[in-house]
Amino acid sequence: MDLSSLAIFSPVPTSSNSIAYNRKFSCSSEKYAGLELNEDKRLKIDKPLDANSLIGAEPHYRTVKNLLLWNVSFIDVVLISSPMGMLGLPFLTRNKDFSAKVYATEATARIGQLMMEDLVSMHKEYRQFYGAEESDAPQWMKWDELELLPLELRQIVFGADGTEFGGWMPLYSAADVKACMLKVECLKYAEEACYGGTLIIQAFSSGLEIGSCNWGISGPKASISYISSSVFSSAAAMSFNYQALQRSDVILYSDFSSCNGLDKFDNDDNCSGAAGNNYSNLSSDDVNSEGHDTLLNDEEYLEEMEKLNFICSCSVDCIKAGGSVLIPIARIGITLQLLERFAVNLASENMRVPIFLISSVAEELIAFTNIIPEWLCEQWQDRLYSGQPLFSHVEMLKDGRLYLFPAIHSLKLLKTWQEPCIVFCPHWSLRLGPVVHLLLRWSADQNSLLVMEEGLDANLALLPFKPMAMKVLQCSFVSGIQMQKSHHLLKILQPRHVLFPEILRQHIGPLETVFSFNYYSENKMVHIPYMKDSELDITVELACQLQYTTLKQQDMNISRLKGELMIEHGRYRLHLGNDEQVSSHPRPLVHFGRIDLNNLLTALQKLDMNATLEEVTGAAGSHKASRIHVSEPSKAMIEVIEAQTVISAADENIASVISQAISGVLDCI
Amino acid sequence: MVIECLVLGAGQEVGKSCVVVTINGKRIMFDCGMHMGYLDHRRYPDFSLISKSHDFTRSLSCIIITHFHLDHIGALPYFTQVCGYNGPIYMTYPTKALAPLMLEDYRKVMVDRRGEEEQFSSEHIVECMKKVTAVDLKQTIQVDEDLQIRAYYAGHVLGAAMFYAKVGDAAIVYTGDYNMTPDRHLGAAQIDRLQLDLVITESTYATTYRDSKYVREREFLKAVHKCVASGGKVLIPTFALGRAQELCMLLDDYWERMNLKVPIYFSAGLTIQANMYYKVLINWTSQKVKDTYATRNAFDFKNVLSFDRSLINAPGACVLFATPGMISGGFSLEVFKQWAPCEKNLVTLPGYCVAGTVGHKLMSAKIPTQIRLDEDVQINVRCQIHQLSFSPHTDAKGIMDLVKFLSPKHVILVHGEKPKMVTLKEKIQSELGIQCYLPANSESLCIPTTHHIKAGASDAFVRSCLSPNFKFLKTNSAELDDSHKRTMPLLQVYDDRVSEGILTLQKNQSPKVVNQNEFMEALGVEKHEVKLAHCFRVYIPDSESGDASDCLPSTSRKGSLLHLISEKLCRELPDFDVQDCQEHIQIQSVVVSFCSNEKCPHRTGVSLQSVDKKEVHFCCSWSVADDALAWRIVASIKNLELDT
Repeated sequence: MDLSSLAIFSPVPTSSNSIAYNRKFSCSSEKYAGLELNEDKRLKIDKPLDANSLIGAEPHYRTVKNLLLWNVSFIDVVLISSPMGMLGLPFLTRNKDFSAKVYATEATARIGQLMMEDLVSMHKEYRQFYGAEESDAPQWMKWDELELLPLELRQIVFGADGTEFGGWMPLYSAADVKACMLKVECLKYAEEACYGGTLIIQAFSSGLEIGSCNWGISGPKASISYISSSVFSSAAAMSFNYQALQRSDVILYSDFSSCNGLDKFDNDDNCSGAAGNNYSNLSSDDVNSEGHDTLLNDEEYLEEMEKLNFICSCSVDCIKAGGSVLIPIARIGITLQLLERFAVNLASENMRVPIFLISSVAEELIAFTNIIPEWLCEQWQDRLYSGQPLFSHVEMLKDGRLYLFPAIHSLKLLKTWQEPCIVFCPHWSLRLGPVVHLLLRWSADQNSLLVMEEGLDANLALLPFKPMAMKVLQCSFVSGIQMQKSHHLLKILQPRHVLFPEILRQHIGPLETVFSFNYYSENKMVHIPYMKDSELDITVELACQLQYTTLKQQDMNISRLKGELMIEHGRYRLHLGNDEQVSSHPRPLVHFGRIDLNNLLTALQKLDMNATLEEVTGAAGSHKASRIHVSEPSKAMIEVIEAQTVISAADENIASVISQAISGVLDCI
Repeated sequence: MVIECLVLGAGQEVGKSCVVVTINGKRIMFDCGMHMGYLDHRRYPDFSLISKSHDFTRSLSCIIITHFHLDHIGALPYFTQVCGYNGPIYMTYPTKALAPLMLEDYRKVMVDRRGEEEQFSSEHIVECMKKVTAVDLKQTIQVDEDLQIRAYYAGHVLGAAMFYAKVGDAAIVYTGDYNMTPDRHLGAAQIDRLQLDLVITESTYATTYRDSKYVREREFLKAVHKCVASGGKVLIPTFALGRAQELCMLLDDYWERMNLKVPIYFSAGLTIQANMYYKVLINWTSQKVKDTYATRNAFDFKNVLSFDRSLINAPGACVLFATPGMISGGFSLEVFKQWAPCEKNLVTLPGYCVAGTVGHKLMSAKIPTQIRLDEDVQINVRCQIHQLSFSPHTDAKGIMDLVKFLSPKHVILVHGEKPKMVTLKEKIQSELGIQCYLPANSESLCIPTTHHIKAGASDAFVRSCLSPNFKFLKTNSAELDDSHKRTMPLLQVYDDRVSEGILTLQKNQSPKVVNQNEFMEALGVEKHEVKLAHCFRVYIPDSESGDASDCLPSTSRKGSLLHLISEKLCRELPDFDVQDCQEHIQIQSVVVSFCSNEKCPHRTGVSLQSVDKKEVHFCCSWSVADDALAWRIVASIKNLELDT
C-alpha cells in the first residue's frame, strides 16, 4: 500500500480543534468557488498549493493499480517480506476468489498485524468524529471535484502516467484484517515450507526490519531467490543472511532503495527552498558515497549508529532549550534503538524528561519486542546470553521514564503529560494519529524538534502545519543494498541469471558478469532464457533392476526405466512400481538403426543356418527389398525393407533364433 | 552406505549422554554430557574413541546439544576448552542462554563446596559458549554443503529440542530427552513426518505408563499444604531450571486460590535469574502460557521471595526451592541436613534420582532412617518424603507413539536402564516391526541407509509421468460369489501412472532420463520395426449345415468363421483384449486374417499345391514383443481342425 498517497488529504486531528474548523471552512469555500468559477477551469488548475487545497475526506489509499484486473484465483502463493509490505494484503485476501497460501515470518506477521490494526483504529476515530462516508464513491472522487485540485495533487491522484486513479481504495475493515491474518502461514527464519510437494519455500533474514526477509524458492527444476531491500549489518534486526541465497539459478533482485535515493535527490532539487526549515539533512550521502569492497565492514553500521546518536544529541539540545521532540517513525527497530540511546543520554545529562510512546498498539508492540530475541541483531542477542535484560525500556517503563499510551486523549496521558517531552508515534504520513495533534501544538515552537524519516515529500507533508517554526530533522536510515555493494554481492552469490528492475537499468550499465541478466518492469511477463533438466532420485531398489545395453555407435549405456514417480518435498523420486505391473506387461522391445545384410548373413551362418540373399527389384527396376532365405535347419525367410524387417517362419524356434540374430545387428532397447 | 553410531555415553544407562553418528562421512556428536554419579574419569564420555590423535576439530563436523541439563551438556566446556574441539556447536536459543547458568552452578558446587580440583573454569564456560550457534525451531541449518540439521520442539525443559540431521539421502533423528504430553509450562514434543533411516531415542521410562497428570499435581499440592498448615517447612530440591518453574507456577497459582500467606522461597539468585530468561523466552513454552503474555507474563510470580541462608532455622512454615535436585550436594543438601530430623517437615523428591545421590537413598528408605554421607556425617531422617511422580520425560506409550509416527527403518535406545530397555526393544520389534538396538557405552553400531541415484530428467519424461494413465477393468462376475457381486462395481477405473523412460549413461556425464521419442531424436536414429509373420493352412471340415456349402467359402462364411475363432480365442486368452474387426482379429500387435494370396511370402515350408475347398489359409503377423502370445494364437487356430 502506498502510504505517501495519504499526503493529499487533510490531516485528521484526533480531537476537535482549530484545524477541524478550518477544514470544514475550506471545504465549503472551495465548493463555492468551484461553482462560481466553473467557466474558467484554467484558473482553478493554477491555483497554488496550500493547506486548503488538500482533500478533506476520510483518506483513501493507493494500492497496486492492477490488483483488480488480476484473476486472484490464479495466484498460488503470496510471500510477504516485511511488516510494511503487508499493509495492502487485506485488499487481496478479502476477495472471495482468493485461495493462495500466504507465507510470512512470525515477526512480520505479528508486527504487520499490529500496524494494520493501528491504521484501522485511526480510521475508526475519524468516523467517530465526522461520521461514515455516505457511499463508496466519495465527493472528492467525482470528476468535477478532481479537476479543481491543484496540479501537484492531481498528479498524485492520477499517477505520473495518469493511470493510477483506479488504484484508490477505501481502507479495509478490522474484520478484513482479522480474516487476512487467518490466511497467513507463519514461518521461522530458514524454516522449510513445502508448497504442494513441489516447492520448498524458505525465508532468510534481510536485516531491514525485525522479521523482514528474503525468500529462497526451490523445486526439482530450479531455484529462485528473491532479494528485497536488505541491510548487511542491521542495527536492530537479524542481519542480511546472504549466504543462504548462494548458487540459486535465478535471483529476482527487488531492492529499490538505491533508486529511491536518487529519486529523492531529484525531488530535493525541485522543491528546494520550500522545506527551508530543514536545518540538517543527512540524506543521500550514503547512497552516493564510496563503494566498499567488502559487504560486512562496520562502516554502514557505524554510520547508522552515528545518525542515531546525532538524533539523540539534537533532541537533548532541543530539550535543554525547553522544546519537545516529536519522532514519528514507523520503523520499530529505529524506535527501539533510539529508546536505548535516550536511556543512556538522558541519564548522563541527568535529565528527567518523560518519553511517551503513543499508539493504539504501543503496549502490544513493546510487549512483543521483549519476547523475540531470536529475531534481533547479534548485539542484542548477546545481552540475552550475558544475562542482561534485552532492552532498557523494561526498566524505563518500571521507573516512570517511559510511558505507553494508546491515544493522545486517554485520561492517563492527560494526567501524566508534561513538557518538554519526547514523543514516539507512528508517522502515517503526518495525516493520521497522534502526530497531527502534536504537530499542531508544536509547529509554532522554534525550540521543538520534528524528526522525520526521509521518503516523505516534506513540502507536501508539512503543508497543513505551515508556517513551521519547529525544527525539522530529516534522516535517511540504511534501507537497502548500496549499488556498489550489490555488484559485489551478486559476485558472491553466483546466480546463473539475475532479473533487475527496469528502473535500475541506468545504474547497472554494462556489466561484466558470469551470470546472464535482464530487466523486469510492471505488468510485463518476463521469460527467463534458461533451461535445465529436473533432478530425479532413483531408488536403489529400482536402479538394481536396470539392465544396461551398450549402443553400437555412441559410447553410451542405456537402460529401459520403469517405476512410479513421486514428488516428495520438492524432489522427484522414482520408486520401483509394484511387482505385478512390472512383470505382466513388458514394453515391446524397440529396435533402431539399419540392418547390415552382410553382418546378418554372417550372424545366421554362425548359427549353422543355410542362408542366401535375394534382392527384389520393383517393376521400374528400383530396389524394393532384400530377402534372406533360410533353408536349413528349417525354412524361413527374412524380408528387409528400409526400416522394417519381417521374419516368416513356420517354426517357433527358428523364428526366435533369427529374431535374436537381428537384435544382435541392430541397437535395441 | 551406512550410518555408524558410536555410543560414548548413556548406553544402557542414564547419564553423560553422548552419541557420535557418522552419516555419509559427516560426523556429528549429539550431546556432550557428564555423569552425575561419578567423580572420576567415568564422569566424562571417553572422547579418545573419537580420534586417537585427539584432533577432534577435524574428526567432527559439528556438535549438537539438545538441552541444558548437565547430563547432556556438562562435558562441553571440558571438550572444547581442555580437549581442544574448535568446530561448530549448535543448540537452541534458550539452551544457549541457560546452559552457562547450569554449568557455572555445577562448577561452583564442585569447586567451592566439595573442594574438588576444577575441571573447567568460568572463563572456559564463557569461551565455550562463544563458539555456540543458536538455532530456532524448524530452522534448517546448512552446516556445510552436505550436512543439514533442524531442531524440533521436544518439551522436557525450556529449549529442549530433538534434532534431525541429513547427509545426502540418509537422515536420522536424535531425540534427546522429550515429553509427549504438555505440562504446566511446556508443550508436548512436535515433529514432522520425516523419512528416516534411524531414530535414536531416550528410554528413561521404557516400561512406565502414566495416568493423568492432574491427579499427581493435586497430591503434591495437598502434601505441601498439609505440611505448611501444621507449621512445617517444605524443601523442594529441583533443577534450577524447568522443574522449579513448573512447580512454582503450580504453587503460585494454588497460593492465590487458597489465599495462603506462607512464604515461598527460591534459593540463590540462580532461579531468580532463570525466571528472567523464562519471561524473555516465553515463546518456547506452551501455547497456553504464551497466550497470556500480553496481559501478564506467567513467570512473574507473585508470591515468590528470594531466600537467605539465615532463614534456614527461622521459625515458621515456609516452602523452599533449592538446587541441586537429587540432593547430591550444594544448598539442597545443606538445608536437608537441617530440616530432615524434624517430623513436621516435608522433602519432595524428583521422579528420577541417579544412584549414589542422597535422593536415590531416600527413595528406597523407610522413614525414620539414617543416611550416611561420609565417614563422619550421618543424618537422621524423620521428615516426611513425597515423591514427585511427574517427570518431564515421555512414558513408554509416548516413545512407542513417536517411533510409530516417525516409522524409521531402525531405532536405537539410549538413556535408560537395560532391563527396561530390553522390554521396550522387544515391543518395538514385535509391534512396529522396526529393528531396534541398545548398544552399551563404547559400542559402535552400523546401520544401512537409503541411497538414491541422482539423474537429470527431461521435461517430456516428467510430463509423461504426470499425465493420467487410465485403465478400465471389467470385473468378471462369474468368478464372484453373490456377496461380492453387490459390492464390486462391474467396471473399475485405475489410474496407474507408470513412469517409463530411458536412462542413458555417458562417460563424464551424469545419468539422464528421457522418454523414448526424445532419445531417438537425440541420437538421430529411426525406429526399425522387426516383425514376424506366419501364413498357415487350416483344414475346415463342413460345419453343421454342410449341404449349403458347395462353393468356396463366401464372405459371410469367412466372417462367421473369423467370429468363431475370435470367440475361441476369447475363451482361451481371458487376460487379453481380443478385437474382432470384421476382416481380421487383433490381439495386442498380433493380427490374424484370411489369406487368399497364393504366393504369400509368409507361407514357408508347406507345399502350395492342393487347394482343397475345405482348406483355408490364415496369415498372422506380430511384433517381436508379442512373440510368445502369437505362437499361442497360431497353435490355437491350428487346433481348430481337431476341435470341430
